[in-house]
Amino acid sequence: MITLGDYLVVSAVLFTIGFAGVMLRRNLIIILMSLELMLNAANLSLVAFSRFRVGVNGLPEYNAEVFVFFVITVAAAEVAVGLALLVALYRARQTTDVADITSLKF
Amino acid sequence: MSPFLFWIFAVLTVIFGAAVILNRNPVASALCLVVSFLGLSALFMSLDAFFVGIIQVLVYAGAVMVLFLFIIMLLDIRAEERRRINWLAATGGAGVSVILLIQICVVIKHFQPARRIFPPLASSTTDDVWNIGRLLFTNYNLPFQIVGVLVLVATIGVVLLSRREPR
Repeated sequence: MITLGDYLVVSAVLFTIGFAGVMLRRNLIIILMSLELMLNAANLSLVAFSRFRVGVNGLPEYNAEVFVFFVITVAAAEVAVGLALLVALYRARQTTDVADITSLKF
Repeated sequence: MSPFLFWIFAVLTVIFGAAVILNRNPVASALCLVVSFLGLSALFMSLDAFFVGIIQVLVYAGAVMVLFLFIIMLLDIRAEERRRINWLAATGGAGVSVILLIQICVVIKHFQPARRIFPPLASSTTDDVWNIGRLLFTNYNLPFQIVGVLVLVATIGVVLLSRREPR
């Protein structure tokens, strides 16, 4: 049977993939996509815990699913702002490579 | 859901998630991300979270990915040219990721409830849209409205950011 741990391991692997994308890739669009992967990995473990904690009325814990709803909403707003920043940056510098954007580097 | 279907969708999600960061072409990455999100939505539905699974498809596989594809085509980004790879930084990044994964897996291994299976629900069909909506408009009414303001601010911010500078 599928245990809670299986879902948590899948979530951990997805989170690590997203983390590796942020660490290794230098294209800003791919970095944004990796951020989305990490948020979704967190959502998966939230939903798994929500299903795991069944209350006395036989329903899953819906507070966690409401939290997932908020995470998805904030993530959508974040993607919109991030991509707008990307377009503005591309207009100014004609690049989306983080290695070329070093003005703030100490 | 049967274990067979769970493993199919879990492997699908992880493989296409890995393809997102391994592809050099941003368009291919975006399409792999769509498949990964669809697999994730199937995993949500296997946890009886049908509402979350549906908004996952609508918001991520629909809206967010169209936004990504639009921006990729707008900026006319081709596959990035091969640059000299900084092997020290790449090894460091990969090493930190592997260490993170090992840490999380050790924590899960020592987490006792992780070995238990999911308890059964009262009925196989849960009206989760009704339940989540009721929570949203009672217990979480204030955060819900704050999120509405946040989305409005994001909309105005995006319009301001993407406006051309008046000369």
